[in-house]
Amino acid sequence: MQSRKDQLLGLALVSPSILAVLIFVYGFIAWSGRVSLSQWKGLMPDYTWAGLQNYIGLFTDPRFRIDIRNTVVFTVLFVGGCLVLGLTLAILLDQGLRGEGFFRSLYLFPMAISFIVTGVVWRWLMNPAQGSRISGLNLIFDQLGLDFLINKWHTTPEWGIAFIAIPAIWQMSGYTMALYLGGLRAIPESLREAARVDGASEFAMYRRIILPLLSPITLSAMIILGHISLKVFDLIVAVAGKQIPLDVPAIYMWTTTFDGNFYGRGASIGILLLLSVAVLVIPYLRYTLKNEAEL
Amino acid sequence: MRYKTFLLFLILALVLVACGGGNNAATNTEPVAPAEEEAAPAQEEAPAEAEEMANQVEVFSWWTGGGEAAGLEAMIKVFNEKYPDIEFINAAVAGGAGTNARAVLATRLQAGDAPDSWQGHAGQELIGTYVAAGQLEPVNFLFEENGWLDVMPETLIPLISQDGNIYSVPVNIHRANVLWNNPTVLAENGIDVPTTLDEWFTAMDALQAAGMEAPLAMGEQWTAMHLFETILLASLGADDYNALWDGGKSWSEPEVAAALENFAKVLSYTNSDASALSWQDAAQLVVNGDAAFNVMGDWAEGYFREIGFEPNSGYGWSPVPGTNGNFQFLSDSFVLPVGAPHREAAIAWLTVAGSREGQDAFNPVKGSIPARSDGDRALYGEYLLSAMDDWSNNTVVGSLTHGVVANDSWKSEIDTALGLFLVDKDAATFQTALATACTSSGPCQ
Amino acid sequence: MTAIQSRKRYFFYIPLVLMAIFYLIPIYIMLVTGFKSFAEVDLQTMWRLPQGIHFDNFVEAFTKLAPHLWNSIKLVIPAAIISSILGSLNGFVLARWKFPGADVIFPVLLFGMFIPYQSILIPLVQFMREINLYGGVWGLVLTHVIYGIPITTLTFRNYYATVPKELIESAKIDGASMMRTYFYILLPLSLPSFVVVLIWQFTSAWNDFLFAVVLTSPENWPITVALNNMAGSQIIAWNVQMAGSFIAAVPTLLVYIFLGRYFLRGLMSGALKG
Repeated sequence: MQSRKDQLLGLALVSPSILAVLIFVYGFIAWSGRVSLSQWKGLMPDYTWAGLQNYIGLFTDPRFRIDIRNTVVFTVLFVGGCLVLGLTLAILLDQGLRGEGFFRSLYLFPMAISFIVTGVVWRWLMNPAQGSRISGLNLIFDQLGLDFLINKWHTTPEWGIAFIAIPAIWQMSGYTMALYLGGLRAIPESLREAARVDGASEFAMYRRIILPLLSPITLSAMIILGHISLKVFDLIVAVAGKQIPLDVPAIYMWTTTFDGNFYGRGASIGILLLLSVAVLVIPYLRYTLKNEAEL
Repeated sequence: MRYKTFLLFLILALVLVACGGGNNAATNTEPVAPAEEEAAPAQEEAPAEAEEMANQVEVFSWWTGGGEAAGLEAMIKVFNEKYPDIEFINAAVAGGAGTNARAVLATRLQAGDAPDSWQGHAGQELIGTYVAAGQLEPVNFLFEENGWLDVMPETLIPLISQDGNIYSVPVNIHRANVLWNNPTVLAENGIDVPTTLDEWFTAMDALQAAGMEAPLAMGEQWTAMHLFETILLASLGADDYNALWDGGKSWSEPEVAAALENFAKVLSYTNSDASALSWQDAAQLVVNGDAAFNVMGDWAEGYFREIGFEPNSGYGWSPVPGTNGNFQFLSDSFVLPVGAPHREAAIAWLTVAGSREGQDAFNPVKGSIPARSDGDRALYGEYLLSAMDDWSNNTVVGSLTHGVVANDSWKSEIDTALGLFLVDKDAATFQTALATACTSSGPCQ
Repeated sequence: MTAIQSRKRYFFYIPLVLMAIFYLIPIYIMLVTGFKSFAEVDLQTMWRLPQGIHFDNFVEAFTKLAPHLWNSIKLVIPAAIISSILGSLNGFVLARWKFPGADVIFPVLLFGMFIPYQSILIPLVQFMREINLYGGVWGLVLTHVIYGIPITTLTFRNYYATVPKELIESAKIDGASMMRTYFYILLPLSLPSFVVVLIWQFTSAWNDFLFAVVLTSPENWPITVALNNMAGSQIIAWNVQMAGSFIAAVPTLLVYIFLGRYFLRGLMSGALKG
C-alpha cells in the first residue's frame, strides 16, 4: 500500500524524536536504575553493586510508608475533586447560559500559573492560625459567620495532606472541565431528545446516557491527573515546606539525594515512582490502542 | 561518552533538516532563523570569552535576599575596589535554606563544572561532603600568608580542618543557642530570664497558667531541629554533647533518653501551628507578645531590628537555659575547589573574605560577628558586641542544624527521625533511630 | 435545553459565580498585595484593598526581573515552536504513514511524559555538558523540546487519526507524495492542534523552574528562577514579591486571555484527549 520510499521517509522523520527520547528518557531511566542498585552515598558517583538493598530499605522505612499513604490520600482527593468539579462545571456550562465563554476561560486560567508564583498566596490563604492571629481563609470564614469552616488546614493532624489537594484542584479542575465540556459537545442532541421523549428526567438522562458516554474522557483525565499527583512536589514545598507529615515520594527523593547525599536511595524512589506510573499508564495505553484498532 | 555526543549531533542535524522541510511549505520560518543566528555569534564569541575568563570569579551561594545578600554585596564592593579587573559573578540560588542551591551545586560538581568558590557551613557539612569527595583544596597557605591563624580563634580551626588541612575560609560566626524573650511579657508575669531547664519549665507553666497557650514559639521542621540541638546541649553539657558527634558517646545511653524527655517536654509548650510558620513568623510571635520565648540563631536579632524593635525593650536574649558558658556556633565559609576554573581569582576572593576589611563589610550588614577576633567593635550593635565577648571566652561547640557537627547524610537521617518524632512523639523509637543514624552515617560502630 | 425553565436556569449562575470567585481569590491577593506599601503588608489585613496605589512595587520588580523576562521569552518561543513541529511530524507519521513497528514506537515515545523529572537531573546535566549546551539558553530549549515530544506527538497523532482516511487515500491516488499530503492536506487542517500544543508548551516552559535552575548559568536564568531568588531569607518585601509574581504570570495570562478560546476549542475538539 505504501511505497518503500515513503516508509523510509516516515522513519527518517520520526527518528530524531525517537533517538532523543531514547537518550533523554530511557537512557536516563537506565542510569537511575543502575544507581538505584548501587551503594552511592556521598557527592561523587560510586557504582558499587548493592543489589536490591536500597529497595528493601525503603519498604522498612517508616518515612516511606507515610509517603505512600500521603500519595494515596492526595491522589484520591485531587483526582476525585477535579473530576467531580470539572464534570459539574461542564454540565452547568453546557446548559447554554449567557456568559459561558467568560466562565470557561476564567476557570481555565489557573493552569497558566505555576506554584512558584502562587505558592506564597496559598500559604497565606491556608494559614492555620486562629484566635487573635486569625488570617487567610479562616479570617473570611470568621467574618462571614461560617465558623464551622474554620480549620487548621494542612496542619491538621493525620489529614493535613488532604488540604494540600485544594490548591492542586484549583489549578487543574478547569482543565478537567474543558475536557468534559468537549465530550458533552460531542454528544448529539438527538440522543438527549430521545431520552426526554421517553420521559426520562434530566437527572436520569445524565446518569444513564451522558455519563456512560463520557467514560473515555474520565479515563484519560484520570491518567493525566493521576500522574501529576504522583509527581507532586513544588506545590507542597511552596505551600508547606518540607515536613514529614506532608511528605511524598518526590520530596523524599529530592531531600535524600541532595540534602543527604543518598544517591542510591534517591534513585530507587525515582524508579518506584516510575513503576507506579507505568502500572497506571501501560494498561491504559494498551486499552486505547486496542480500541482504536477495532474502529 | 563520545558516542552520545555523536548521537546528539545527529539529532540536531535531523532537527534542522526537519525544520528546513517546514520552510518549503512557507510555514514557520521562525524556528530556524534564530537558531542559526544564535549559533553563529556563539562560535565567534567563544575565543573572546576565553580571554575574558581569566578575569572573572564565579562565586556560588544561597545569599539572595535580606541582610545576607546585602552583606555579600558589601563584601563584593570591597573585592571590586581591591581587584577592579576581576569580574565578580554572583551565582546565588535561593530556596529552602540553600537546598536548591545545594542541588544545583551537586549536579555541577558531578558534571565537573565547579564554580570558582562556593559558600558552605564550616565543619562537617563541608568536610563530610566536599572534602570526602576530594573536591576541595586545602587553604593552609592562605591562613599562613595572611596571618589569619593569629586572628581566628584556636577553637575554630580544628572544626574546619581535617588531618591538619584547613578547608575553608570562615567569614562570619552565628550563635545558635540563643533564647529570645519578650521583656514586657516576662515583667508582667513576674518572670526572670530562666537559666536552667527547670526554671524555664516553671516559667512556662506560670505563663500557661496565666492564659498564654503556647509560651514558646516554634516554626517549621528545621526550627524544631534547631531547638533539639540546644536542648541536647543543655541536657548533656558540652563534653558529652561533643562526644555524641565524634563517636565517644553512644546515642543509646540513658542520658540521651533524658535529653529526649526534656525535648518532648519543651515541645509541649510550643504553638500548634508551628509547621506552618517560617522562623521569621515564629520570632515575630515573641516581639508581638503572642509568645514569651523563641529559640533561634542570632540572625533573628537582625530581623527584630529590621521590623522596628529595639534591643532590651522590644526583645531580650540569653543563652538557652542550661547552656550558659557555651557558644553553639555556625559559620559561613568559602572554599577553594580542586581545579577551580579561575584559581587566582578565587584566591583573590578568599583573601578578601578572610580579611578584616571584608569581614567588617559583611558582618554588620548580615547581623553576625566576624570570624576574626580583631573586628572593629565600633561597627557592631549591642547584641553583636555581647556575642563577640561570649565567642572569645565561652566553650565553643558546634551546631547540628547548621552543618558543624554532623555530615549531610547523618544530619538528614536525624532530620527524618525528628520529623517522625514530631508526628508520633514516641521517644523510644526516636532514640533507636538516632542510634541507627549514627551507625549508618556517623562515626558509631 | 427547552426542558429547563429559564427562571430555574438563573440558579445555575450561583455555583458558577461562586467557583469564579474561588478561582480568582489568589489573583486578588496577589494584586492587592502588589499595590500595597511595605508597612501595609500584614497577614491580618491581607484581604483589605491597598490604601494607595503603590505602582513603584511593580517598577522595582520589573527592573529586577526584566533581563530574565527576556531570557524566558528567548527560551519559550523556540521551545514551543520546535516541539510543536516535531510533534506534528511525529503525529503525522505515527497516525497515517505507518511503517512497521509504528504501533510500538508510539507508546514508547508517550511514556516519556510520565517520568519524574527530579530523578533524571544528574544525567541530564552531565549529558548537556558533554554536548556543550550546559549553562546557556539553548540547552534548556533542547530539554524542553525533547521532554515536550511525548505530549505534542500524542496531541497531533490523535488529531490526525480523526482525519478521514478517504481524504488521504484520494490524495495518494492523485499521486501526491507523503510530504505533499502532509503539507497540503493535514497541516492546514491541524491548526487547532497547533494552537493547543503551542500554548501547552509555552506554559510549561514558561513555568518551569527545575530544569532552568540546574541547566542555566545566572546570566541566562529565566524569570522563574529570578523570581524565586527575589524572596530573600530574612525580610521579604512581599509587596514587591507579589508584584514580581504578577509580572511573571502576565505573559501566560495574556496567552490564555487572547488565545484561550482557541485553546479550549482545540481541547474540546479532542486535541488533548489521551
